[in-house]
Amino acid sequence: MNLTLKIWRQKNNSDKGGFKEYKVSDISKDMSFLEMLDVLNEQLTEKGEDPVHFDHDCREGICGMCSLYINGNPHGPLQTTTCQLHMRSFNDGETITIEPWRAKAFPVMKDLVVDRSAFDRIIQAGGYVSVNTGGVPDANEIPIPKTIADLAMDAAQCIGCGACVAACKNASAMLFTSAKVSQLALLPQGQVERKRRAEKMVAQMDEEGFGACTNTGACEAQCPKGISITNIARMNREYFSAVVSNTELV
Amino acid sequence: MSWVSKTLSSTLGRKLLMALTGLFLILFLVVHLAGNLQLLLPDGGDSFNVYAHTMANNPFIKVVSIGNFAFILLHVIYSIVLTQHNKKSRPVAYAMSNEGKSSTWASRNMGILGTVILIFLVVHLKGFWYEAKFGTLPTTMIDGESFSDIYAIVAAAYANIWYVLIYVVSMGFLAFHLSHGFASAFQTLGLNHVKYSPLIQKVGAGFSILIPALFALIPIVMYIQSLS
Ligand code: HEM
Ligand code: SF4
Ligand code: FES
Repeated sequence: MNLTLKIWRQKNNSDKGGFKEYKVSDISKDMSFLEMLDVLNEQLTEKGEDPVHFDHDCREGICGMCSLYINGNPHGPLQTTTCQLHMRSFNDGETITIEPWRAKAFPVMKDLVVDRSAFDRIIQAGGYVSVNTGGVPDANEIPIPKTIADLAMDAAQCIGCGACVAACKNASAMLFTSAKVSQLALLPQGQVERKRRAEKMVAQMDEEGFGACTNTGACEAQCPKGISITNIARMNREYFSAVVSNTELV
Repeated sequence: MSWVSKTLSSTLGRKLLMALTGLFLILFLVVHLAGNLQLLLPDGGDSFNVYAHTMANNPFIKVVSIGNFAFILLHVIYSIVLTQHNKKSRPVAYAMSNEGKSSTWASRNMGILGTVILIFLVVHLKGFWYEAKFGTLPTTMIDGESFSDIYAIVAAAYANIWYVLIYVVSMGFLAFHLSHGFASAFQTLGLNHVKYSPLIQKVGAGFSILIPALFALIPIVMYIQSLS
């Protein structure tokens, strides 16, 4: 395949940045999207130019490090991670527009790399549970109904990639935060910090400058892990009931 | 800050106010429509005039109508606050966006839809509420008693094709606002459940078509009546 790539280039956080066009040829349909970018970067390096910076790590769809807003969709046209997207999803001769995630809370560091540490701070604010020290507990000591375990596991699928923020017209982090609130609120182990968790994580999410939710559902439609917006409704319940009942002032 | 004001200034708290005021306005639409449909009764407007008179002089309705104005104001103020905040959350727009694939147009344009509804509300309140309250009204005799003839004011307005068009088009915008807003409000309140959400969505879809359509029917019928 021969392709034209329209890629956002930006030297650093304070640079204004702009699009630059590149041509790549002889791209195999079986390459992943990131491998295609590797080919481009090899060309650029050979020419002595600065390669295009982009985030990636596992390239197996499990770490949440890859990003990219491809032709108007986070992670490209399929509901998967960019590392699991293949060039067969594109046509020969196509022009592909590649942009970084756009959100005030995700500042662009260089080219397509954005700083997603806002997510880490949301987790730090309340995404943890108390664990007793001492002897090893027996397996299955705490009974958890299968349906509840399934819901918690579904929420725990979130890999923190930020596609939900990228997809949302408000750059809202509700889907991510609600998945993290839900996975712990649903389980017995998460009850100790339940109320302060909901309050703290929502407060941190607001402080980072993410938008509010208009319930458009774009996040759910674009999430590579299929996180459902039922989690957002659950977070709203958790938050409102925590606010009115918590004896601790958070 | 007290915990109450802190909560209500959070993104979730602001949305809660949007949802609660929105649901109140939905309820109001039903009551308002039930009253307005009396305009179509073939009694020369007598039922409507008696109804308008009762509403205007009932202390309970007075309280509700003040609340109604307050809720509209709250809904509008918070819609501006939220929309501005949301715009600021994405300072640099995408060069290419395929939003239409993953969300409905109405859900992405609640602000525009709301603004048109607001303009309509101003025209509507000026034409009827303001006239009824502060204007000099014609009177009519019903069963030997004198009533303000609000029906005559409405009939005169709906004999004007432009007025009728503004009404009908505005109801279209209301339909789109409700097509997203109705179910959205329940989601905001945290009411998302496998057993009830499908029903809420269906009722919302039906409501968003039926209520604005019936509202729009009144000026259309009265315009046709005015021709003969
Ligand atoms: C009869 C009139 C109206 C009704 C019944 C109504 C109803 C609703 C409902 C139920 C919602 C959903 C709330 C939620 O998502 O939780 C909503 C959202 C919204 N309304 Fe209205 N509304 C009306 C008038 C207006 C007006 C006059 C404006 C603005 C000038 C407005 C602006 C908005 C906006 C911007 C949203 C979305 C807020 C967001 O981003 O989440 N609405 N409305
Ligand atoms: S909710 Fe989905 S889109 Fe958002 S960070 Fe988690 S995995 Fe990514
Ligand atoms: S690189 Fe790890 S999920 Fe894509």
